[in-house]
Formats: sequence, structure tokens, C-alpha cells
Amino acid sequence: MLIDVENLMRSHRLPHIWCPGCGNGIIMKAILEGIRESNLDLDKTVIVSGIGCSSRATGYLNFDTIHTTHGRAIAFATGVKLAKPELNVFVITGDGDGAAIGGNHLIHAARRNIDLNVILFNNNIYGMTGGQYSPLTPHGKFATTSPYGNMERSFDICNLVQAAGATYVARGTAFHTKMLIDLIKNAISNKGFSFVEAVTMCPISYGRRNKMGNAPDMLKWQRDNAVNVKAAQKMEPEKLAGKIIIGELHRETAPEYTELYEQLIARVRKGAEGDGQ
Amino acid sequence: MGEVKKETKKYTVEVKQQWCKSCGICYALCPKGVLIKDQLGKAVVKDPALCIGCRICEEHCPDYCIKIGGEEK
Amino acid sequence: MRKAQLLQGNQACAMAAIDAGVRFYAGYPITPSTEIAEFMAENLPKVGGKFIQMEDEIAGMAAILGAALTGVKAITATSGPGFSLKQENIGFAAMAEIPCVIVNVQRLGPSTGGPTAPAQGDVMQARWGTHGDHPVIALSPASVLESYDITVQAINFSEKFRVPVIILLDEVIGHMREKVILPSPEELTLVERKRTNLPPAEYKPYEADSTRIPAIADFGTGYRWHVTGLFHDENGNPSGKADTIHKQGIRLLTKLDPYLEEITLYKSYCTEDAEYLLISFGCTARSAAEAVDMARSKGYKVGLLQLQTIWPFPEQLVKEFCTGKKAVIVPELNAGQLRGEVQKVITNQTLSGVNKINGDLITPEEIVMKIKEVAGQC
Repeated sequence: MLIDVENLMRSHRLPHIWCPGCGNGIIMKAILEGIRESNLDLDKTVIVSGIGCSSRATGYLNFDTIHTTHGRAIAFATGVKLAKPELNVFVITGDGDGAAIGGNHLIHAARRNIDLNVILFNNNIYGMTGGQYSPLTPHGKFATTSPYGNMERSFDICNLVQAAGATYVARGTAFHTKMLIDLIKNAISNKGFSFVEAVTMCPISYGRRNKMGNAPDMLKWQRDNAVNVKAAQKMEPEKLAGKIIIGELHRETAPEYTELYEQLIARVRKGAEGDGQ
Repeated sequence: MGEVKKETKKYTVEVKQQWCKSCGICYALCPKGVLIKDQLGKAVVKDPALCIGCRICEEHCPDYCIKIGGEEK
Repeated sequence: MRKAQLLQGNQACAMAAIDAGVRFYAGYPITPSTEIAEFMAENLPKVGGKFIQMEDEIAGMAAILGAALTGVKAITATSGPGFSLKQENIGFAAMAEIPCVIVNVQRLGPSTGGPTAPAQGDVMQARWGTHGDHPVIALSPASVLESYDITVQAINFSEKFRVPVIILLDEVIGHMREKVILPSPEELTLVERKRTNLPPAEYKPYEADSTRIPAIADFGTGYRWHVTGLFHDENGNPSGKADTIHKQGIRLLTKLDPYLEEITLYKSYCTEDAEYLLISFGCTARSAAEAVDMARSKGYKVGLLQLQTIWPFPEQLVKEFCTGKKAVIVPELNAGQLRGEVQKVITNQTLSGVNKINGDLITPEEIVMKIKEVAGQC
């Protein structure tokens, strides 16, 4: 129930729009738990989402929220964070919104290492538009636009974001909620671009077309196919085929974009006083 | 060594039926069969005494219908 | 007043933005607008403002909207191709009523067209570039000094009416240099967006009183409100109900109606006794003014109506100035986009255009030739 996160939600807007068994509600609550346990100033927390199933979340979240245009949440969020760095800025995006149309903004925000907490709901499908494949749909899987099986290769979005420069990268699942909450808390405490891929499930489109059973079966699939990154390091690659590696995948420290800009302002203004500009 | 009498904790299990979408996650994951489905597939509490307070149902209900009361696990 | 300076149009526009209180710029390099970005990169930090070069124009438009919601005045600048990329987010700004200014230093289109050549071919795009019925303001300066004044006006209008305001510069006005004596910032009358004074619990983000303009709340001040591109009710919650959509849609569409006079900026030259009227804007208005003098010296009573406000199209004003005229001529560096709007407004005068889409300017002589031709037929 919502007891501890009730005040973080616009509960008068519930029940939410997501289909029976969709994992997005689980991920959304994990985000709220992460925020609550990080005791952030709730009045100084902004959540920005794009377009798609995941991105309907902002309508239910009791913060300053923006439900932006498809793929552009991270670019909006960059404006929010740079203009007012004291705000805690979260981005909620999906595998389509974030890795397809939003890919360019994703890699550049990671490159800049601007302090955003990006949670990508990965249900392997464009759910809102009825089940098309996305850049994260595994090869061979079925969708309305890959009726003969997806011929494309998919991103490893965590590797991609890490290569682009993100200073915290993790992957969690709807099944492993406690871990997901911890990963989100780590993302929040990281002063830089933090990215959490939250593996969730779409039983209506992806699950049904790929014969993965119902919602509970898809959750159990996550339970049985997720391998903790620490364990995975000791396993043979073949053993990891088809598995999803979860946990904290990457962490480093690097200068944070808005702090760099504040230093630039201080330098410029001191320089200006220096030579009486 | 005598059997240490395990003191059984009491938990309350509350289901908000109007928000339940019959997704079946809770009664599929509950390790103790506390929850079962009614004829509409909605979650119903069979027997709260069986509940061990693991909160798997509460954490995995996508629609926030389940509330587990009793001592913090 | 400041000392006299030799200033470039793009620089005057950027200076005006900072003087008018802009403290955030996000954009992407594109000829012939890049000097604006360069000026901002150098000068915003001096006043504690923020500049960011984003990865594309879409991101630039998104970033200024995110910034604006925190309470800061924000601007972006681009040219045709970038203006096309920004359209979806301009529509978002219109729907969510976020104050923002977009400078479009027009260049010859379509497509890559003539990157360093002047044109005025984005008039209709400024009005209808983004999909759906929506409010927008578009202003166009015809000198470096006007580039400064119009930018201040644009920022004031966007703050007051919570609409995207587009400044239609062109490569000539953007790149030319003129001696200008600018006001000092303290002399400017600036407008700040109307902020709510209700406590958060009573605040309805899209409830508008008779002004039709809702009061805004800056992000991070405890109002926790929802901004969405979906149609929404007065509380900002997405709504699919037809009556909610109608109410919200109509308010958006008619939001500027009570303020048309205030929004309509123009100049007129020798129109009192004119028999023939030129209507023009931007760089072409300069040739038109010269043409008025030349034609008058040849005995043709010609006047010029220079529109600084392009959208909302000043129908009343154009109707007034056209009444009693034998003929109306619209010189513009496109194939007749503004003339189409004039056509809708005037009934019995003959209307013709002087048009050029090859990257060259329209000369005063070409306009005078047209006047003679039209005068001969009247």
C-alpha cells in the first residue's frame, strides 16, 4: 500500500493508467521509496518524463513534474538542472523514449555528467502505441512491427550510457524491488549523471506475443534470469547468455556539469572585477 | 535442546479491491498462500494467520492495493 | 542612454535579451544566427546567467523550456533548418503556456537553401510551423536599433502572455552593423510573469481570470504542479473530456484577443496623403522606405506601412491603412506569404507583390518600377 509514499503521490489520480500486470507501477513506487529514504527536499524535487507508458508516471507524482515531448525529457531536465542546480532532477523515460528518439539527448547528458537521475523503464516494447519493437527488444522477439521476429540487434543501454560518460550506471528489475530501491538511492547520492535501467514487463504486448505467460510468470522470469553483477564476474560467458546482469555496473567520480558552470561564472566575474571590465 | 517455542507474529492483510486489476502477481508470488483469487481474478485474503510479513505482495502489487500491518519485518 | 556604438543586429538582439533580464540561453550553432550564441556564451556568465550549447536545436528548445519553468527568462536563436526542428517543442510551450523567445534569423530556404543569403520565407512557418491551433506572437525588426527594441518587447510579451514569441530577423538585419544609441538597462520597462500569490493547496496552475492568463508558480517553490503537453484541466491534470478540452483550447486560442492593439507594433511613413500603399517588414522595409522617397520625387503619392508585428496578423490596422488607397503592394523576400494575409483583409483595392527568392535583396528601384506599373493600370 502507499502508507509511506502516499504523500509523494497524487493519489487522487489513482488507479493509474497502466494495464493489469504492467510492471511500471512497481518501478514508480520504487522511485518514490528511493526519494523518501534519501530524505530529499520534496519541494525541490522535479521529475521530468517523455512520452510513452513509462512517462505517464509524472502525472501521478506529487512533485514539480513535466510530461514533455517524445524523447526530450533529458533535454528539458538539463534546462531545469542548469538553471536551478539546487533542484533534485529526475527523468523517467522508456526504452523507446530514451534509447530511440531520445538517444541523442541521453548520450550527451551522460557525456556532460550533469547531475540527473535517469530511470529508464525497459519493457522491451513500445507499449503505448500497441506493441512495436524498440532498440532494446532482443533479437528474434516478436512485436507488431517485427511480425517475423526482430531482425535487429539491441543496445546494451547500460554499456552505451557508461561509454558516453555516465558516472553511475546500474540495472535492476521489477522483481528485485529492494535492490532497485537501493540502486535508485545510490543514483540520487551520485553527484553526476546517474542511470538506472529498470527491467519491467509488458504482459499485454511483449509478454503475450512472445509467449512469456502472464504478469507473474514474467516477474518469475526476471527472478530466474537475473544474475547479480558480482556473481556474473565469476561465471563463464556462455552461462550468461540470455541472462540480465543486475546491480551496480559502474561508478566513477568526475566533475559535475552545473558545478563546473558555477565555477566558470565565479572565474569570469572575478576576472571582470580584476581588469575593471 | 528443547524446541524453542517460536512466538508467531500476527499480521493484518488488507486488499483495496477497487484498485485491483486481477493481474495475479500477489497470489502467484505469496510464499504462504495467504492470498487467493476470487471469481473475477481479484486478490482476496484467504487466511491472514498464514502471513509471515515478507511483504512480497505489497512490494510487487503494481496498483498499490495491498497493505500489510503488524510489526515491521 | 549608452554611448553611440557600431553594433551588429545579432549582437543588439543578444544585448537586449540580457538587458531585459534573460539569464538562460540554450541553442545550437547555425548560420546566420551564431553570433547571438557567441555573445551569450561570453556575456551571460558575467551577469550570473547560464549558457549551454545543446546537441541539436530540438534539445535547445527543450532546455530553455525546462529553465523557464524554474522562473528564469530564457531565449534561443536559430535559422530556418533549426527553426523547423524546434517546432514540436514550440507547440509544447504554447500548450503548457511557458514564457520563451525564439529568434529565427531567416536565411534562404527551403532546406539548406542559401545559408548566408537573406530571406523572409519563414512567415507562415512562424504561424503554423507547429501542429494544431495554437497562439503565437511573431515580431520582425528592420534595423539594428529595432532588433534591440523588438527583442525587449518580445521578452516582455512572452512574460506577460505566457506564449512563445518568435523574432523574425533575417540575415541582413542580423549581420549588418549600424551606429546605434541604446537605452541603458535601467531605462527599460520590463515585465515579469504573473506569479501566483495563493498558497499551494489552493493553487490551480491553469485557472485563468478575466485576463485569460493564468498565474504561474516557479518550480522548486513548493507548488508541485504538473506541466503536460496533453490537454489538461485547470489543475494541470491530463483530460480527455471534450468540454474540458474545449474550454482549455478556446482560452488558449483566444488568449491574445483582448491584447491585439498592445501587441500590434508598426511604423508608418508618408501614409497620410498616400494613394498607393507599400506594406513590408524586416530588411525589405528598408528598400520600401527608399522607394517611397524615389516614387514621390517622381510624383507618385506612395506611403509605407512597416509591420513589426507579423503574428497575430494586424487585420484592423491593415484594413485601416488600405482604405481609400488605389493599390496596395507587398514587397517581401518570399513568394507572397504576407501578401496572402493582406489579401484576406482588403476587398476592393488591387493587391500585388514584389517578390524575390534568389537570395538577393529587393532594390528600391524594383519597387518603384512596380509602383509605376500598378499606377499605370489604376
